[in-house]
Amino acid sequence: MGRPLQILLVIGLIALAAFPLVGEKFYLQFVTKVMIMAIFAISLDLLVGHTGLVSLGHALPFGVAAYALMLLTPEYQAAGFWTSLAVSVGVAGLASAIVGALVLRTSGIYFIMVTLAFGQMAYYYVHDSKHLGGSDGKYIYVRPALELFGWQPFDLEKPAHFYYLALALLVLVYAGMRVLLAAPFGRAIAGIKENEHRMRMLGFATFRYKLACFVLAGMLAGLTGWLTAAHDGLVNPEMLSWHQSGQLLMMVILGGMGTPAGPILGAAALKALELVFQGWTKHWQLVLGLFIVLSVLFVPRGLAQLFEWRRRRG
Amino acid sequence: MDPVIFLIQVLNGVQYGLLLFLVASGLTLIFGILGIINLAHGSFYMVGAYLAFSLTERMGNFWLALAAGVLLAVALGMALEWLVMRFLYPRDHLYQVLLTYGLILVFEEARSLIWGDDVHGVQVPAALDFSIPLTDTLSYQVWRLVMSAVCLAIAAAMYWLIQRTRLGMMIRAGAVNREMVQSLGIDIGLLYRVVFALGVALAALAGMLAAPVSSVFPGMGNQVLIISFVVVVIGGIGSVKGALVAALLIGLADTFGKVLLPQLAGMVVYLLMAAVLLWRPQGIFGRT
Amino acid sequence: MAEPLLRTEGLRRQFGGLAAVKSVSLECHLGRVHAVIGPNGAGKTTLINLLSGELAPSAGTIEILGRDAAGLAAHQISQLGVGRSFQRTNIFMSFTAFENCRLAAQSRLPSSMRFVRPALAYRQVNDAALRALEACELLERKDVAAAALSHGERRQLEVAMTLATEPKILLLDEPLAGMGAEESARMVELLRKLAPGHAMLLVEHDMDAVFALADTLTVMVDGSVLASGTPAEVRANDEVQTAYLGAADD
Repeated sequence: MGRPLQILLVIGLIALAAFPLVGEKFYLQFVTKVMIMAIFAISLDLLVGHTGLVSLGHALPFGVAAYALMLLTPEYQAAGFWTSLAVSVGVAGLASAIVGALVLRTSGIYFIMVTLAFGQMAYYYVHDSKHLGGSDGKYIYVRPALELFGWQPFDLEKPAHFYYLALALLVLVYAGMRVLLAAPFGRAIAGIKENEHRMRMLGFATFRYKLACFVLAGMLAGLTGWLTAAHDGLVNPEMLSWHQSGQLLMMVILGGMGTPAGPILGAAALKALELVFQGWTKHWQLVLGLFIVLSVLFVPRGLAQLFEWRRRRG
Repeated sequence: MDPVIFLIQVLNGVQYGLLLFLVASGLTLIFGILGIINLAHGSFYMVGAYLAFSLTERMGNFWLALAAGVLLAVALGMALEWLVMRFLYPRDHLYQVLLTYGLILVFEEARSLIWGDDVHGVQVPAALDFSIPLTDTLSYQVWRLVMSAVCLAIAAAMYWLIQRTRLGMMIRAGAVNREMVQSLGIDIGLLYRVVFALGVALAALAGMLAAPVSSVFPGMGNQVLIISFVVVVIGGIGSVKGALVAALLIGLADTFGKVLLPQLAGMVVYLLMAAVLLWRPQGIFGRT
Repeated sequence: MAEPLLRTEGLRRQFGGLAAVKSVSLECHLGRVHAVIGPNGAGKTTLINLLSGELAPSAGTIEILGRDAAGLAAHQISQLGVGRSFQRTNIFMSFTAFENCRLAAQSRLPSSMRFVRPALAYRQVNDAALRALEACELLERKDVAAAALSHGERRQLEVAMTLATEPKILLLDEPLAGMGAEESARMVELLRKLAPGHAMLLVEHDMDAVFALADTLTVMVDGSVLASGTPAEVRANDEVQTAYLGAADD
C-alpha cells in the first residue's frame, strides 16, 4: 500500500476515535452508519475484488441476519448481544452456503444475474410474509444488551457506545482481512481471480475455495445486517432489495476494488456524496447517477487509484 | 379448476410471457451481440409506458402515439449508444453493471422531473375496448389478445430480420467475429448502434403495449427488469428462441403460481430459475 | 523394464460427430522422454488435455502411477503427481515469478484453507518454489512481475510452475513455442536435465529438439497413432516419411 494512503488511514483512525468527543448526535449516527457500510463493503470486496466473483445479491445475507435479530429480540426487551450476534451471523453464513452451492455452478454474466435473482427471491419472500412484517417490516425497540460475565460496561443505546462498537468491529474486520489475504487462503483466491483455469490445473479444488469465500463474505454481511438492524431499530424488505446490493457494489467499485482501503473510501465517499447531493436538490439521485456514470468513464480504478503513486507488484 | 378459468389463466400467462419476450429479446440481443449487461433496460420499458401516456394525450390516437413512441425510442437508443454505451464494449462486466445502474438513477429522476411521480392510466384504443364473452359471467378483454398478437408479429419479424436479411446476417456475424466484420468494410460501430437502438425500441414498445393494462407508474421498470434477466438466464444468453420459450414458461408459471400458490407467488419465478440452473447452468438454449 | 508411470490404452475423444483422438495407446516411463509429434490438427493437444484431466475421455483407459485416472477432474490428476505446461503461456501475469511458483507449490499443502499464518511463512513451500526457479534458471528474476518478463522467460516460468508442484509425470505442450535459437537451446538443456527424474511426455514441433531428447517417438496423424518406436525406427518408417517428416524438414 502506498505511503500517502497508509498515513491517511492512520489519521482517519485517530480522527474516528476522537470524533465522539466533539461530534453532534446527527453526525455521530451518520459516521456510525458509514463505518457499518464500510464493513459491508469490505465483505463484498472479498468476493468481487479479491476472488473475482461479482455478486449482485449480497443484500441477501445482510437482510437475513437483520431479520434474525428482529426475530430474536423479544418485544420491548433487549436480545442477548453474544447469542443474537452468533445466531445472526451463523444464519447468514448458512444462507450463503446454500445459495453459493447453487450459484457457483455459473460464472460471468450468469453469476451476476443469478445472485441478483436469488436476492430478489429472498426479498419477495420477506415482502409477502405477514409474520415478518410484510412490506412495512418490523421494529426493534431495544438494542442488544452487551454483557461480559454478568457485568454490563456498555450501553448500546448510547450513540457514542454504539459508535465505538462499530469502530472496533471495523478495525477488527479490516485487520482480519489483511491477515486472511496474506494467508494461503488469500493467495489461493487471488490465484483464482487471476487465472482460475490454471489454479485447477495446478491441483486446487477451486470450487471449494470460492464457496468458502462466499460463505465468509456472507457471514461478514450478516455482521453488518445485525449492526444495521440494531442501530436503526427497524428491519424491512428493502434491506434485501437489489438496490441495496447495487449501492454496495457501487461503493466497492468506486472506492477501488481489491485494495485495502478501497471499500472504506468507497463507503465514506458514497454516503458523503449522498448527504451533499441531498442538500442540493430533491432530485439528488439524478446527480448521483450522473456521478456514477462519469466515474466509470473517467476514473476506472476507483478512488484508491488516486492515492497510489507506485504500482504494487506481486 | 373450471375449464373457462383455466383458459383465461392460460391466455393471461401467454400474454404476460409474450410481453416479457419483447423486453427480454432486446436484453438478450444486447448481451449476446454487444456483450453488454444493461441494468437500465427496464428503464426503457418505463419510458415507453410514459411516452404512451403523454403522446396519446397529445395526439389523441393510440396507434399514432405508438408509432411516434417507437421512433423516439430508436432515437434515444442511438443517442445513448453513441454518448455512453460504446465506451463499455471493451470494459469488464463489472463496470457495465455499475454504469448502467447509475443510468437507472438518471432515468428515474429524469422521469420524475418530466412526468412527475403520479400513477397514470392509458385508455385502450376505443375500437378495441371491448371483451369477448366466454360464459355468462366471464369475458376476456380483446386488448390483451391484441397485445399477444402484436408481440407474436414482432417475434416473427425478428426471426425474419435476423435469419433472412443482410442486416441480420451482419448482426449474427458481428456477434461471432467483430474484427472480421470490420475488415469486410462494414461499419461495426453503426451496426452496434442499430442493434442497441433495436433493443431499446423493443423494450419501449412493450411498455407502450402494456400501459393500458398495467397503468403507468414509477418503479414499473425495475419489476420488469429483474424478471427479464431471469428470462435471459433460463433461455440462454444471446438466444432469441430461448428468450421466447423461457418467457412463455415464466409467464405461465407466474400466472398459475399466483392463482394456485398465493403465498409463494413472488418466488415461483426464482424457484424456476434455480431449478433450471441446477439442471443446465448455461440456460436451455445457451451455448456452453 | 519398470512399470510405466503413465499408461493409456484406446484413448478416444469425440466432439459431436468429430473424433479428435481416435484410439491412442502409449506409455511413459521414469527417466524416459516420450515425444509426440504430428501435423497441426493431429490431436496432440487434445491428447494432453485428456491425460491432464481437462477433458473427459469418450472411451479408453488412463492409468497414472497404477491408479485408474480416466474421468478424474483436472485438479485431482494434478494431485496424483502430474504436471502440465501449456502451449500458450498460462501463468499469473500480475504476480512475480516467485509468487507464480510459490502458489504452484502451495497446491501441495494438504489444504489451502488456512486463514491466519502468512503464506510466506510456509518454508517448505517457498523452498520448493525456489528450487523450481533455480532449475529453470530464473532465480535472479524471481522478483520480477511475470508481465515484465520476456517471452522466453515466460516459457521458462511456465515450466517452472509445473515443476514447483513436484510432479513425477510431466506433460509438456510445445515448451519451445515461439522461441528463438538461443532460447530453444537453453530450454532443450533444461529438459535434458529434468528427464532423469521424471516421466516426460513432450509434444513438440521443433524437430531438432525432439530428436535430441526423445527416447520414444510417437507420430500422430488425424487423431490416430501412425507410428511409434525409437527415433531411428520412426525416421526410417516409410509412411511417416511421406506423411510428415519428408514433406517439410523443420
